[in-house]
Amino acid sequence: MLEIKNLHAEIDGKKILNGLTLTVADGEVAAIMGPNGSGKSTLSYVISGRAGYEVTEGEVLLDGVDLLQLDASERAAKGVFLAFQYPLEIPGVTTMTFLKASLNAQRKARGEAALSTPEFMKRVRAGADKLGVAQDMLRRALNVGFSGGEKKRMEILQMALLEPKFAILDETDSGLDIDALRIVSEGVNALRSPHRGFLVITHYQRLLDYIVPDRVHVMSAGRIVKTGGKDLALELEKTGYAGYIGEAA
Amino acid sequence: MNAQVTPMRTPAEMKIAADYETARATLAGQHDVARLRDNAFGLFLNAGLPHRRVEAWHYTDLRQALREALPVAAVPSATAVLAQGARLEALAPRVEGVDAVRIVLVDGFYISSLSDIARVPQGVSVRALADVLEEGAPDLIEALAAPGLGSGDSVLALNSAFMQGGVVIDVAAGTQVAEPIEIVTISTNDEAQSLYQRSLVRLGAGAKLTLVETDATEGAQAEQRNVALVVNLGTDAVLDHVFVPAQSSPASSQVAHLLVTLGHGCDLSSFTLARGGGLMRRQAFVRFDGEYAKAQFSGSNLLKGRDHSDTTMIVEHIAPHCESREYFKFVLDGDATGVFQGKVIVAPGAQKTDGKMKSQAILLSDGASMNNKPELEIFADDVVCGHGATVAQLDDEQVFYAQSRGIPKPEAEAMLLEAFVDEATDYVRHEGLRDMLTAHIAVWLAERRD
Repeated sequence: MLEIKNLHAEIDGKKILNGLTLTVADGEVAAIMGPNGSGKSTLSYVISGRAGYEVTEGEVLLDGVDLLQLDASERAAKGVFLAFQYPLEIPGVTTMTFLKASLNAQRKARGEAALSTPEFMKRVRAGADKLGVAQDMLRRALNVGFSGGEKKRMEILQMALLEPKFAILDETDSGLDIDALRIVSEGVNALRSPHRGFLVITHYQRLLDYIVPDRVHVMSAGRIVKTGGKDLALELEKTGYAGYIGEAA
Repeated sequence: MNAQVTPMRTPAEMKIAADYETARATLAGQHDVARLRDNAFGLFLNAGLPHRRVEAWHYTDLRQALREALPVAAVPSATAVLAQGARLEALAPRVEGVDAVRIVLVDGFYISSLSDIARVPQGVSVRALADVLEEGAPDLIEALAAPGLGSGDSVLALNSAFMQGGVVIDVAAGTQVAEPIEIVTISTNDEAQSLYQRSLVRLGAGAKLTLVETDATEGAQAEQRNVALVVNLGTDAVLDHVFVPAQSSPASSQVAHLLVTLGHGCDLSSFTLARGGGLMRRQAFVRFDGEYAKAQFSGSNLLKGRDHSDTTMIVEHIAPHCESREYFKFVLDGDATGVFQGKVIVAPGAQKTDGKMKSQAILLSDGASMNNKPELEIFADDVVCGHGATVAQLDDEQVFYAQSRGIPKPEAEAMLLEAFVDEATDYVRHEGLRDMLTAHIAVWLAERRD
């Protein structure tokens, strides 16, 4: 279970999160919607441990573990995963090498033995097949020269391999055409499990047709201003965010 | 000698002058060789050690760095040779997967008893520099002198004056040498010393060779090395060259010259891996004499602490239709300094020259610095020449991305640095040597990380 309590965070002295409180239970898919600048991406970075954000107040707990005391790689080993809105290109590091380094680093941090190469290959191939990731992509430098859709599929492949406790999808629908959106969403849905929570950050309701949330939160000015069921997303699509911007102020 | 002696400016220069006077009578070679030495020393006496007001040495002030001149290494005693021989395999493990034919130099001197002389392939001859100098065959002396390359450089002149260690390797026309020849340098390193060494490698027409220079020196004594490799490539000859100088103690200095002439249609690839250790200057003087020749110079400089590493290249296109490439990487941590100076000169007749140079640096600390100075001097009108230099930091976003997947920050940085450096290593064509370099790089990155 992810528990965020009264979270305040700023970057370069600018306050972005202003007392955000949110709980995502195991097995729950929570969607966060909100206008540009409401702090959605900041929330994803603060949870995953990106440098540069100062948390001035509040707590972020995953299964009772205080994430804010850990660095990004330690949080990943505890089960936090962030699917990036703009996945980074890593020239000179093949996808396979990167995946193996990631998986084995997490296993090492948890005191587990490294996977043997054949076992690792088996898992990667199986995951890649499901997501329609071509084998030759695995031999290329990670994300270098990949299309937008390929990059997003690669994010989901990484998520599938790393089997996180809690996954954050930051604008995963951005830059995807309908076919890619369907493939990526199916990939995510396949990973839904009673033991895994999701935080799906999105601008638009469209993604939530494919990844149907249990709960929808509206974020504005660094706080959750409304919470509802999946129908809330449909309502927002009609009315827009205008009605909520005032509430946060 | 009659050279005009200008007042010596530093104790090191005075010591070098005194050492030369003492050594002169016993240095190998008569007549022409002695004249070559005296002329070269005269040049040194006039110019002195190069300093920051000498344009080519602006970023590497050798006069400042050489506070004292260390005693010149003597021919190692039989006991010293035996001692090094006993430790040879431990000091210099053979490169895994590369069945190289080894030539061993102790304190710069060729020691045939430690070398794989029985395995020297047919068509290849290996001789001690001293023997060649004593013989005094005019063509060889001229080849060793490498006229027109690096003229006026006082450090190269010093090498010409003092040269005593080293080997002369000749590969006969048409000989394709399958296994690499590896020149291993070991210093006894019992005492601080200076070492002057020059080797010559000549490839006849159509000959093919892979040459690797490694260094197995271990020890904390300071060394001042002044070494030179002269390379003459005949028509259509192919040379793959990899140079991995020692990681000397921090008070050490090394100037490693590469003097190259390229014949028609030949193909050279030369890579240097500098892993720091005091002051290092790699200076290459290259001349394209024949048409349709290609040369690729690449390297990586991995520097930390107060390491200083300078790569200076002067590439002269005399003949038309030739291609030169320079591609160097620098990783700088601590208070390290990197220097890349590349000058491409295209002579009036050298049409269709294709010359490019690139230097890329990553600075890992506030104290590290990088100096780039590319220069083009083009006197022909139908050429393609270019240069590029970048200085950057590691990309925080890439580091975070890797961290977010569970890779701890130091390992994420090492992974990204390795990828950065590998782009240069990829130019090494011999797979076994490429693996050797990758392994050295991994060791350096792991030491930095831990």
